[in-house]
Amino acid sequence: MTPFRTHTGIVAPLDRANVDTDQIIPKQFLKRIERTGFGEFLFYDWRFLPGGQRDSSFVLNEARFCEASILVAGKNFGCGSSREHAPWALADFGFRAIIAPSFADIFANNSMKNGLLPVTLGEKEVAALIENARSIANYELTVDLERCTVTDVRDFSESFAIDDFQRHCLLEGLDDIGLTQLYEADIAAFEQRRLDLSGDSSRVLHTA
Amino acid sequence: MPSTLFEKLWDAHVVRDPEDQPTLLYIDLHLVHEVTSPQAFEGLRVGGRGVRRPDLTVATADHNVPTTDRSLPIADPIGAKQIDTLRRNCLDFGIQLFDIHSAEQGIVHVIGPELGLTQPGRTIVCGDSHTSTHGAFGTLAFGIGTSEVEHVLATQCLPQNKPRTMLIDVRGALPEGVSAKDLALSIIGQIGTDGATGHVIEYAGEAVRGLSMEGRMTLCNMSIEAGARAGMIAPDETTFAYLQGRRFVPQGAEWTKAVANWKTFCTDDGAAFDRTIGLNASMLEPHVTWGTSPGMVVPVTGWVPDPAAADSEADRRASERALEYMALTPRTRIQDIQIDRVFIGSCTNARIEDLRAAARIVKGYRTSNGVSAMVVPGSQAVKRAAETEGLDQIFRESGFEWREAGCSMCLGMNADTLQPGERCASTSNRNFEGRQGRGGRTHLVSPMMAAAAAITGHFTDVRDWKFK
Repeated sequence: MTPFRTHTGIVAPLDRANVDTDQIIPKQFLKRIERTGFGEFLFYDWRFLPGGQRDSSFVLNEARFCEASILVAGKNFGCGSSREHAPWALADFGFRAIIAPSFADIFANNSMKNGLLPVTLGEKEVAALIENARSIANYELTVDLERCTVTDVRDFSESFAIDDFQRHCLLEGLDDIGLTQLYEADIAAFEQRRLDLSGDSSRVLHTA
Repeated sequence: MPSTLFEKLWDAHVVRDPEDQPTLLYIDLHLVHEVTSPQAFEGLRVGGRGVRRPDLTVATADHNVPTTDRSLPIADPIGAKQIDTLRRNCLDFGIQLFDIHSAEQGIVHVIGPELGLTQPGRTIVCGDSHTSTHGAFGTLAFGIGTSEVEHVLATQCLPQNKPRTMLIDVRGALPEGVSAKDLALSIIGQIGTDGATGHVIEYAGEAVRGLSMEGRMTLCNMSIEAGARAGMIAPDETTFAYLQGRRFVPQGAEWTKAVANWKTFCTDDGAAFDRTIGLNASMLEPHVTWGTSPGMVVPVTGWVPDPAAADSEADRRASERALEYMALTPRTRIQDIQIDRVFIGSCTNARIEDLRAAARIVKGYRTSNGVSAMVVPGSQAVKRAAETEGLDQIFRESGFEWREAGCSMCLGMNADTLQPGERCASTSNRNFEGRQGRGGRTHLVSPMMAAAAAITGHFTDVRDWKFK
């Protein structure tokens, strides 16, 4: 997994609540069998007009946000489908962190598996960041996962909460499948206990 | 200490529970489909890993399959490649696949229960958010991403932080013409699309007990639309009656033993939930969504709301944006909204009981001029059952198309999509912008409500329906 320690980058404001994963990556792009190359389809229906031209009114099409690597958005970001294509597209497009007042559970989980950090801040703080990103040229933030802080060079400084273990995995870029496999003996023992309890019926594809 | 159903399910699957790490949870059943699995299998190959328990893994193709004549080759080469990739992966790793020509094929959340794979007390995961459906049987069932699909394939386990619990206690009985879908929409309308984030919902109370398994699946299915990690209902005689005799359900002495075990999966008297919500079903009306989020919903007797009346600035702007997308003006009567398309299908509402309810409405009527309507059964088994009962004839004679099983226009990955500007009464689960096709306008309703709209051409209160 791509580690995340600290990142400084330009902030793009997406002032919408309940941004769902169908918007982040529309379904017609889910047919690919690769993990890469989804960035060009990010927010496709918002970035492009029906004819395929760029929609200049959409925030990510503004020249000043071209290099943005931190997205600030409204509450319940990433709701809807469990498609991991959503964080794949965001990361491939160049985002390293998303800041919002809340995230949908599956999206937040999927993001952390891909080195994309979901940062939860209060509604007021998020509104302030959206305003700063709009009004200050090349507005940058530093997201520091070691200190769990979001800061700018002016006076914005907020700390955020994150699960300790997920933080540890992200900082180290750990392969969590490898971690689970360390406990193979525990898994085998669990399976044996189940088998002893319920006999053969613990097998799913079992017909009497 | 008294425990909740969720706590019992959780505790029964703990492999290890260290202080400083998430709990390692054992997964009893892993359902796999073509869209969210190819990268997971590729990850296994790259990592030199195998599938730990192919015997606990079951696959089908549903999201991307055509619902037209299956004897023809798939027209979309990228879609066809994804389905071929699933075939190759299942073959390589020894996984049971119910392929598109199989008699068992169908939407993964429809075939799990109908094959009897979904059994009380199990943990079930799938790379699909509507995995919450299986909770209707007293399982802990939740959607996961592709990295987690790979994790479960490799280890049959998932590291998980324990979610919080929420009880939704529904007193009273649902009135005639009001279904589990209306109950689900009403709940989401009240608590919001993030109202249950971080929680597992247990549905209980008289109205829930009174639901069939199909209705319970509809209710649990929509839990994710309220942000919940999972939804669940304690198993009872309705559950056991549904399961008995199904293909992968134990029989004879093993059945008796299984039922005795299943009965232990219930919430003890006095068990505590982190949150409790009480509702009364007896006054509930059929519901129709008006916006671009399942929480934007009102009763069929209502009006499109005025954004000026929204609780917050963010809600006001979201409502304005939704109304613009939906091409609706505030204070329009819901029953004055004309529709172009009707979709009866999806893991929410494409089971036999849903098709029966819709067929009862359309019987003897013709679809309204200019309305194009289709029924996509949830599985090949549902399709066969409906054909045996003659439901396909009723739909066809009314002017509906009768299709092959799949996810179809719920998400429009295949050719079944709305055209820009088309307005659809849909029995699916999401009305997001573009969900059923770019520029398409989706109104979520129950199967009865969708069927009635197909006949009249606009939303119609099914409680006043004149059955023929």
